[in-house]
Amino acid sequence: MWDYSDKVKEHFFNPRNAGAVVEPNAVGEVGSISCGDALRLTLKVDPDSDVILDAGFQTFGCGSAIASSSALTEMVKGMKVEEALKITNQDIADFLDGLPPEKMHCSVMGREALAAAIANYRGEEWSDDHEEGALICKCFGIDAHMIEEVVRANDLSTVEQVTNYTKAGGGCSSCHEGIEEILFKVLAEREDLAPECIAEPEPVAAAPVEPEPARPAAMTNLQRIRRIEQVIEMLRPRLQADHGDVELVDVDGKTVYVNMKGACAGCQMASMTLGGIQQRLMEELGEFVRVMPASAQQSQPAVSRGH
Amino acid sequence: MGDIYLDNNATTRVEPEVVEAMLPFFTEQFGNPSSMHSFGNQVGRAIVDARKKVQALLGAAHDSEIIFTSCGTESDSTAILSALRCQPERREIIITTVEHPAVLTLCEHLEKDGYTIHRLKVDGKGRLDLKEYASLLSERVAIVSVMWANNETGTLFPVVEMAEMAHAAGVMFHTDAVQAVGKLPIDLKHTKIDMLSLSGHKLHAPKGIGVLYLRRGCRYRPLLRGGHQERGRRAGTENAASIVALGKACEMAMEYMSFENTEVRRLRDHLERGILAQVPNAFVTGDPDNRLPNTCNIAFEYIEGEAILLLLNKAGIAASSGSACTSGSLEPSHVMRAMGIPYTAAHGTVRFSLSRHNTLEEMDRVIAAVPPIVAQLRKLSPYWGENGPVEEPEKAFAPTYA
Repeated sequence: MWDYSDKVKEHFFNPRNAGAVVEPNAVGEVGSISCGDALRLTLKVDPDSDVILDAGFQTFGCGSAIASSSALTEMVKGMKVEEALKITNQDIADFLDGLPPEKMHCSVMGREALAAAIANYRGEEWSDDHEEGALICKCFGIDAHMIEEVVRANDLSTVEQVTNYTKAGGGCSSCHEGIEEILFKVLAEREDLAPECIAEPEPVAAAPVEPEPARPAAMTNLQRIRRIEQVIEMLRPRLQADHGDVELVDVDGKTVYVNMKGACAGCQMASMTLGGIQQRLMEELGEFVRVMPASAQQSQPAVSRGH
Repeated sequence: MGDIYLDNNATTRVEPEVVEAMLPFFTEQFGNPSSMHSFGNQVGRAIVDARKKVQALLGAAHDSEIIFTSCGTESDSTAILSALRCQPERREIIITTVEHPAVLTLCEHLEKDGYTIHRLKVDGKGRLDLKEYASLLSERVAIVSVMWANNETGTLFPVVEMAEMAHAAGVMFHTDAVQAVGKLPIDLKHTKIDMLSLSGHKLHAPKGIGVLYLRRGCRYRPLLRGGHQERGRRAGTENAASIVALGKACEMAMEYMSFENTEVRRLRDHLERGILAQVPNAFVTGDPDNRLPNTCNIAFEYIEGEAILLLLNKAGIAASSGSACTSGSLEPSHVMRAMGIPYTAAHGTVRFSLSRHNTLEEMDRVIAAVPPIVAQLRKLSPYWGENGPVEEPEKAFAPTYA
């Protein structure tokens, strides 16, 4: 059985706002082809103030689809239409204290029904702007469509590169075969590359994904720390996109101490994230550094004992 | 009131007698059957005895035709890969669209390696077209692998007849019988079946023990090489305690064979009639006239299986579903799709699979619990109106699919 949070179970067993609202003036009907679920969202919007007065859902779907629908109706009631449009599928999942990766598409369906209903209210035509493929990486919830896009856009040729770009394949490794199949397909389409090259990727391909930065000449301490700050500042938006964050705490010789915040704090993959930051810093600084959580500095002031 | 377990096609409870039989092989007779000393001298004998009991249940001509493996999946893989290795000039395999993933996924993999896989289609009741099958048999086919009973619907395939046809065409025949063994009388010595897979945990033995039946004279190549165990046909130290347990479970399955086909069948029919009498827009999937005595698969239209299971579980009832969302893969059951069951019903299929431990009182509790659960979910469904499905559901609710 799925590992559902208590809140998901609660919203499934006691769904809020089930059924259609009376005389709705905004209706959104969407389905997720990947699992056959479908949702009709009906809203009653005050035409003068644009405030959503009432919301109701009808869902053909699994436990988390019903819970996501219920959560969505609770979230939007009392909101202005514009505010409601800012709700992301991640917000719906967060409202429910998270969803299993395979079930994130249930929250996507909720987000889409909302967009469709608001378009309907405004008399606009809603068209779906995202495509969903088969889920490949269960550890990070990355689907085939996304991997294919990234492989094409960046001319990737190894699993390791795909992991660096999308995180897919960076966890339990069980999806490497699936990623290789996508690579094989895309590479086969490329005329300049014979398909054999993925069978035996060049060993160096794993190395820097980004072009080699020019190695700066010896920096002063201050320049060096500023550079470290800049690199971390550059990486933050990506972490923030996943509801996490990182902050520079201290630099002690070759060790850089950081604080993992938000969703990054306590994430099982925190050490991988740290590894990524370390890799980037080394590329930018052109020297070896070790990135450690600041908590390690407090407990191990002298020499840190690995990760 | 205890919880009600109706998911015996997934796995069964190990019988207390079986547990009792296997325990000494953890604590006293823990030696390696290959060793010379007294810690293992009875283990070899116990394995011989267990092998004879499995032989008896399968009606095999010789006990040496029984090879102990770790599970049904291993037996399936061993059988198919062995046939390919023995006959490298044969590059085709015949299976069905509704096989267990143990066969289906392996064959998909082999397809990538250049083998041709013929997948026999089924009709709306899950039945095969034997004419299509006959037309595919040729000297290019290395092996036919067809399940004896379908795990989702319980529908039986005519494997005895199909094995005769394969034999006449000079083609090896394997059957995945993990759902059939212990529920149907089997007499392999009077069939032309070359190989058969069974799995201990489907018949009240523990998980982690399986059998590959290999007809004497059938060409064979082992999957695992190493030691001399199982006459070199499956290397690896024997799982002695579980082998003993499987022997005991097979002995008990023989004793309960008629019970499974009378009492269990009666309970299953009672449950099925009781639910269908009260729930509108529900139907039995598969072939009701030709199926396992313990299995009943009902499609509840316009609602989704996982939601039903969650509510059943809350009511203390364990069942399973062919819905996409229970599988982890998010793919709706390939068995339901193969039978052409519409989306809105395929997602709402629930499988109730009984064992000899279920009671009439339990069936009545399930019959009472199901209708309100279905009604509760239909109330949430966009396809359902006040008292029944909305008129022309496909038109009344036509979502934009992402």
